[in-house]
Amino acid sequence: MPKIKIDKVRCKGCYLCIVNCPNGLIKIANGLNIKGVKPAVFSGGKCTGCTMCAVICPECIIEVYR
Amino acid sequence: MKSRAKGKGKGKGKGKGKGHALTENNLIFAHPASLRDVENHYCAGCGHGIVHRLICEAVDEFGIREKTIGVAPVGCAVLAYDYWDFDVTEAAHGRTPAVATGIKRVRPDNIVFTYQGDGDLAAIGTAEIIHTANRGENITVIFVNNGVYGMTGGQMAPTTLAGQKTATTIYGRSLKRDGYPIKILEMLAVLPGAKYLERVAVNSAHEVLRAKRAIKNAFKMQIDNKGFSMVEVLSMCPTYWEMTSIQAAKRINDEVATFYPLGVIKSC
Amino acid sequence: MAHKILMCGNEACGEGAILAGCTFYAGYPITPQNELTAYIAKRMLETGGVFIQAESELAAINMVFGASVAGARAMTSSSSPGISLKQEGISYLAACELPCVIVNMQRGGPGLGNIAPSQADYFQAVKGGGHGDYKLIVFAPSSAQELLEFTYLAFELADKYRNPTFILGDGLLGQMMEPVQIRYTNDDIRTTKKEWALTGCKGRKPNVIKSLLLGEGELERHNQKLQEKYSSIKKIEQRAEAFYIKDSDIVVTAYGSVARIARSAMKKARAKGIRVGMIRPITLWPFPDRLFKETADRTEKFLVVEMSAGQMVEDVKLAVGGRTDVEFYGRMGGAIPTEEEILEKIESII
Repeated sequence: MPKIKIDKVRCKGCYLCIVNCPNGLIKIANGLNIKGVKPAVFSGGKCTGCTMCAVICPECIIEVYR
Repeated sequence: MKSRAKGKGKGKGKGKGKGHALTENNLIFAHPASLRDVENHYCAGCGHGIVHRLICEAVDEFGIREKTIGVAPVGCAVLAYDYWDFDVTEAAHGRTPAVATGIKRVRPDNIVFTYQGDGDLAAIGTAEIIHTANRGENITVIFVNNGVYGMTGGQMAPTTLAGQKTATTIYGRSLKRDGYPIKILEMLAVLPGAKYLERVAVNSAHEVLRAKRAIKNAFKMQIDNKGFSMVEVLSMCPTYWEMTSIQAAKRINDEVATFYPLGVIKSC
Repeated sequence: MAHKILMCGNEACGEGAILAGCTFYAGYPITPQNELTAYIAKRMLETGGVFIQAESELAAINMVFGASVAGARAMTSSSSPGISLKQEGISYLAACELPCVIVNMQRGGPGLGNIAPSQADYFQAVKGGGHGDYKLIVFAPSSAQELLEFTYLAFELADKYRNPTFILGDGLLGQMMEPVQIRYTNDDIRTTKKEWALTGCKGRKPNVIKSLLLGEGELERHNQKLQEKYSSIKKIEQRAEAFYIKDSDIVVTAYGSVARIARSAMKKARAKGIRVGMIRPITLWPFPDRLFKETADRTEKFLVVEMSAGQMVEDVKLAVGGRTDVEFYGRMGGAIPTEEEILEKIESII
């Protein structure tokens, strides 16, 4: 099943990936990263590998695997 | 995107339930090779990072990295040369198209583009952009319009919308006092030298994909020696719009793109 | 065989550029340098170079920046008000260590002034002109022949030091027609390999040319490097012409077109038995201060003559270091000092 990998250290917490995921599979982490923001994390589930999260990510830190 | 070969989906991993291993073979979206794998200095939710990446994707997909020369502006994107892995110079504020003109005339076989913000292009560099377009210079201009001076602290830009609050328009831009927001592409469209003008946005994944197509079209114009091409990108500045990134992305739909219509303004 | 051609100073300057392998020119019309723009527009057509009539002086100097960054020998020219507009770009060129040649055929100022010859842009040319600590190599030709030769040399030194060079002429030199001997051919051009130029990163790491240096101590180190370069230029490139300095009570000092008038005044004075010598600085930066220091111990007085309220006179005073008196005679606003006026001044201070 397709998967995404988010670099949580470099995530600045804009959460544009969250609103752009058609299946709502990305959520805000509970803990803080080194920047003091709660990074976006892949919550698992039925990822279709549509790449929309990676396309919108301003940091270019989401990789999509199929 | 899809900068590396699409995998067959048959990972070697045997772990059950975990699907397959994350390997290069099945990577379908990753960093374009021309974009350095370093952290950028932009604020959260800023559109510059997206536009930087789209340029690199276009450069990689056309296979022109080794002959591309970028001209970085003064403004938030001044450090763009830290992110692009090809030859780059930096121009004085607004003079970006003049510098690009000099480079392209001397090296017509190279691919030359400018990257400019709205202060750089639509205020201090208005003369340069108009005349560069009018001469029909065979360069590509990527114009990032977020309606505010970001680097200097959120002052009014020429593209700031009526009523928009900034550091220098604390009660909102007054058309009477501050004049009207400027539509650069529509102005340039009347010039015969301007061959391809398109306005796009980067506030959603779908818009980003359209933006990429436009940027590729613009570079293709140059590769085919068709003359001046320019893409205006409506971009978010959550910091100086004083809102969340998600609100900023929504504002582009609700307010910005209603004033600055998206789409191809001119193509010939 | 070298033959002579009758041409005006502006044209000679343009021909010097073409002979030096200049392949890019951008400029904007302004009197009294228009013959240069027109001449080079025609010659670029003949030689396959690039000529752009820019929308402004700002655009012109930045087009030169682009051409230089891409490795070409590039040039722009203007006259005083236009040179003021170019200062921003000149500062960037100096900061990025980009070679190019900038020509100023000075006219009367300040403001729009007039179109008569002047030397009131001396400070602007030799002290920097734009923002930041930087120097340009400044040549002061005094004939059409020298306009050709110094422009040629200016391109060589620009490449040698990776620094903008400057030709400080004036309306008189630019407009005056004189026979000019062309002694160079294209084979004489000493080209420098420009590894730093932006050519596309094929087979090498990307090049970046910039002047924004934000790292801790980075900008100070860059400034130190520039200053070291300027010191070595100062040691090597001082140029001046001297007459009778070992046999004079008074040494007249003038550059450019005024030097020609001052030289005639010197001859008249010597015919009258007054022991007058002369120093004509050829490079205004680096200022030929070694020659002034040596001469200061031998002579009673310096008389500096300029078409300004007194600008180069400050550098003469600095060079002389108080060891001898420095007098000044100047005309302003486009007025040209005459031989008689200079002679009168010599007689009044002797």
